[in-house]
Amino acid sequence: MDVNVEAKRILAVSISKLYASRTQRGGLRLHRSLLLSLVMRSARDIYHSSRESEAPIAAAPEEPMDTSSRAEEQTQLPEPESEPQPVANGAEAASEVSDSREEESDGETTEDKENVSPTRQSRKRRGKASAAPDFLPSKRARLEPGEERYAAPLGSCRTMAGESLTTLSLNRVIPAF
Amino acid sequence: MEEENDTRKVNNSFLRDHNYATEADIISTVEFNSTGELLATGDKGGRVVVFQREQESKTQPQRRGEYNVYSTFQSHEPEFDYLKSLEIEEKINKIKWLPQQNAAYFLLSTNDKTVKLWKISERDKRPEGYNLKDEDGRIRDPATITSLRVPVLQPMDLMVEATARRVFSNAHTYHINSISVNSDLQTFISTDDLRVNLWNLEITDRSFSILISSCFPSTGSPSQLFSFLCDKTRRLLVSINFEEPEDPSTRSFFSEIISSISDVKFSHNGRYLMTRDYLTVKVWDLQMENKPLETYQVHDYLRGKLCSLYENDCIFDKFECVWNGSDSVIMTGSYNNFFRMFDRNTKRDVTLEASRENSKPRAILKPRKVCVGGKRRKDEISVDSLDFSKKILHTTWHPHENIIAVAATNNLYIFQDKVN
Repeated sequence: MDVNVEAKRILAVSISKLYASRTQRGGLRLHRSLLLSLVMRSARDIYHSSRESEAPIAAAPEEPMDTSSRAEEQTQLPEPESEPQPVANGAEAASEVSDSREEESDGETTEDKENVSPTRQSRKRRGKASAAPDFLPSKRARLEPGEERYAAPLGSCRTMAGESLTTLSLNRVIPAF
Repeated sequence: MEEENDTRKVNNSFLRDHNYATEADIISTVEFNSTGELLATGDKGGRVVVFQREQESKTQPQRRGEYNVYSTFQSHEPEFDYLKSLEIEEKINKIKWLPQQNAAYFLLSTNDKTVKLWKISERDKRPEGYNLKDEDGRIRDPATITSLRVPVLQPMDLMVEATARRVFSNAHTYHINSISVNSDLQTFISTDDLRVNLWNLEITDRSFSILISSCFPSTGSPSQLFSFLCDKTRRLLVSINFEEPEDPSTRSFFSEIISSISDVKFSHNGRYLMTRDYLTVKVWDLQMENKPLETYQVHDYLRGKLCSLYENDCIFDKFECVWNGSDSVIMTGSYNNFFRMFDRNTKRDVTLEASRENSKPRAILKPRKVCVGGKRRKDEISVDSLDFSKKILHTTWHPHENIIAVAATNNLYIFQDKVN
């Protein structure tokens, strides 16, 4: 447990160092960025392996996890031509695992993605490392205190569309200039 | 070994009397020339200051050859890379002297991207009596010139001037971390994280490149070392791979960072290699790649503090290490303005401090000790009281005498052996 807390903290510190190094005078330092990404990788492995021991793992989510870390290992070997890449890999390391999950959800055509309520956590399939890691700053818009969110009822727009599209278009023509 | 405090660089900033340093004055490299007569320092502001040792005087034998400022010049200026939208720092990363061939001195100085060859020469005569110019340099009215005269060289106050003779640029994608001059005096190499460039001193528009394709530690193995040696035949750039198997019981998040090598130095006799990583200095036999001959603990008490040293970035500090002239003693820096010396023969070591408050000029330096736990004795300092902003990263040793130069942030300390 302790290790997990420390791993999370080290990950957060490392990410902020990587972000900070982008604005550093003199540009990104390759060796330092590579060392940072190494630390992040060990911290991430420990973090995920201790999360794993909490919840039982399904067999399917294991695959995307392995392929993403293998792809990552290959891309971590430095390429002389593209300097930002090792840093980008380090920065994306934490989110790459969850990104791979997004590809799976393309198969879910029955879901109404357009009108999905903002209160849902994410479109990504829940798995070993579901959603964004909780130490990352949230990129979603946050409500100001006092506001309330009005969720459009699922499917309501769709059913309306066929019937009253013409009426809508007549009444709500928005000038295009 | 007892040392005495000798000279100090004058800090020209008006902030001198305060305890904080102007960032531009932070010394980033120190280097003796091959005779030890000259000592060059480079700083973060792109300046080079060269000190020269006084001739020893018979009347004052105890003032054995002090170092005084000989020349100061601006070597590099900050630049902007428009293509990558990046600032290029003017900080001098390394200075290397060329062996002296005539009356002038030559050195190579480099920042992150550009290496420059500087010529430092003395001028103690001045031509006077020009026909077309008067004494102030103004052009004379040709109507007033009635006779021809030949200018004559007159003595003047010694002036030392530095001129940039070559500029070697546009050859490194990453940041240059070191330069090394070949013994043939015609070529030198510059290295960044992934490339080694071999230059001819006369040719600035091209160089030979060697790209390192796999230098990064793979999972589970410690850092690898590549060192490049220009041998006397000038043909070979030899890559030597030294690696010590990692002890799995000490593995932590930071194992790779602390085993990452910050400096490499060949011994003067060419048989040994010394490497500095975050916590230790190791001496390797060039014939034996799988384990070091000797390992010296520099500040092992930091091993338990790696997490906080990671947070305050100190774990990335790159300490240098240096051999003495006879390869019997090695020296490296630490925190709190401490530096350490290890005698390879007697196996004794000492911790000394470079600070104005704790040592007067000409006083013998008192050995310091860090208390690692339990009761702290009177003169000891506890690990938690160490000042991690005072780090000695750059040190150098005179090629054959016991004189050392130690850079402590923006101050330069020169220590000599006590004269009995």
